[in-house]
Amino acid sequence: MVPVIELTELTKRYGDKTAVDHLTVTVRSGTVTGFLGPNGSGKSTTLRMILGLNAPSSGAVTVDGRPFAARPRGLRHVGALLDAQDIHGGRSAIAHLKSLAVSNRIPLRRVGEVLEEVGLAETGHKRIGGYSLGMKQRLGIAAALLGDPPVLLFDEPLNGLDPEGVRWVREMFQRLAKEGRTVFVSSHLMTEMEHTAERLVVIGRGRLIADETLVEFARRGSQATVLVRAPEAAALGALLTAEGAAVEPAGDGGLNVLGLPAARIGELAWRNNIMLAELATQNASLEKAFMELTADAVEYVAGDN
Amino acid sequence: MSTVTTASKSPVYARVPTEPPPRFRDLCRMEWIKVASLRSTWFVLIAAALATVFINLNGVHSDLQYLDKDLAHPTGITPDGHVWHFVYDPLRRSLSEIAVQLMMLGGAAIGALTMFGEFSTGQIRTTFAAVPHRGSVVTAKVTVLCALTTVLAFVVAMISFLGGQAMVASRHVGLSITDHDAQIAIAAYTLVVPICALVGMLFGALIRNATASIVAVVAFLFLVPAFFGGDKYYWVVQLRHLFPGNAESNLTFWPHDPYDSNGKWPASHMHSWAVLAGWAVVSIATALIVVRKRDA
Repeated sequence: MVPVIELTELTKRYGDKTAVDHLTVTVRSGTVTGFLGPNGSGKSTTLRMILGLNAPSSGAVTVDGRPFAARPRGLRHVGALLDAQDIHGGRSAIAHLKSLAVSNRIPLRRVGEVLEEVGLAETGHKRIGGYSLGMKQRLGIAAALLGDPPVLLFDEPLNGLDPEGVRWVREMFQRLAKEGRTVFVSSHLMTEMEHTAERLVVIGRGRLIADETLVEFARRGSQATVLVRAPEAAALGALLTAEGAAVEPAGDGGLNVLGLPAARIGELAWRNNIMLAELATQNASLEKAFMELTADAVEYVAGDN
Repeated sequence: MSTVTTASKSPVYARVPTEPPPRFRDLCRMEWIKVASLRSTWFVLIAAALATVFINLNGVHSDLQYLDKDLAHPTGITPDGHVWHFVYDPLRRSLSEIAVQLMMLGGAAIGALTMFGEFSTGQIRTTFAAVPHRGSVVTAKVTVLCALTTVLAFVVAMISFLGGQAMVASRHVGLSITDHDAQIAIAAYTLVVPICALVGMLFGALIRNATASIVAVVAFLFLVPAFFGGDKYYWVVQLRHLFPGNAESNLTFWPHDPYDSNGKWPASHMHSWAVLAGWAVVSIATALIVVRKRDA
């Protein structure tokens, strides 16, 4: 996988506030990379710097080895949907896409093709001001696809889409990645990324928290807990605590056990003649891992001040 | 996790985009589509043009009833005893100042719109992601804006001038299009409009907000000059000469009426042309600098 977007010590300060803090990340081709962080963590600022819209305070970012702003025309290199509202409401979708296409010498038939692809072929003549957020997202995606670019950036593309739209977007991202493109998608919701991205770049307060595959990320989150139910819950609880596990009641006579694998819990129960009604490993949730990691980042920065 | 396996198995290659060389005229086409696809552009420009033509033609038309009386008795004596000979100013009504102010206002509004229309909506980020070379985008905007406003203002000036002169032609007080004063007046009446459009663009690029841009450019073009009225101080008059509207009225002034004066310390034509050119240069240069330097 070829490194395509390279951020090196990328930093953006607004006054005394640091929005993006020495971010060094490499985004590779052929995969969907999720860009996660809580609201205000610097995702949009980072994407804007990748596109040369905002100038970094220090550090550098290149797309395919060159700063994007140094290219005379962009649509054949990077397709971007930063904010579906970044559009003049007074024009029709067709006029909007036509103006973009002619600027980059993209044949005008592409306008019809991308409108067809995002499902706006029928409404292309209407003024964008009357579009719903979901329709604007589709139009933004159409604009990003216009130049058939090898790199695609999407900032919160699932906002405002209905479940059918979400599924369509996910499949499209995966198809684009399979075609060898670089797809970099931001979100503040882990659940959105769970079924979309293969790699994750996680930031909090502008700093890098994680840059790894989804599987690796899930592993480094909270340890797996085991849910165990037994009629003699109190006795079992004491036993497990003695073995060094952290135990807390889970309601309905159940216990959440942290620090012992399910097999060991079963063995202990069997040896001590305790009947088990349920024994289940709770998969470490990505969402939980994300919350924990970003909460740490917030805490860390707050302690700094 | 099926996606992970699929992606790592499939051949992954770096795509190299093929791209035709960039051309400036493509950006002009982009800006033309943007301007032409907004209803507000046409509404503002056509309303201003129609109102301007109407005021000018109606002005000359209402002159006619007095004109015949004055031409019949061209000599009179003022109350303080001076002999007065009637001279008809053929430019004052047909290329009137109040009417061109509407065109100036329309031009300034369109100019401001080309900038704040992009910045206040966020459209500018879409534009710069498509064309990262910001200087070229601004230059294309300037080109399209100047072409559009110049053509429209020239048509308005010609209809106003020719229509007005045709109405007074039978009284033999009209000017021919070949007349030197008429040509200068028509040129000034035309060119002040793109100049105001550029000034509007400057304010739009600096302020980026719709209402504030319009208020600022209207204040600058029409209210601020009012503070520099009167003929008492030389420096006040000199400052007044620096405004585009003043330069325009100086250039359209008809100098052959001995009873009419262009004020104390009038500016030379060269000075007025330099003022108009100066505003064009300042506006374009400042717009280029701020758009390139500031985050989009």
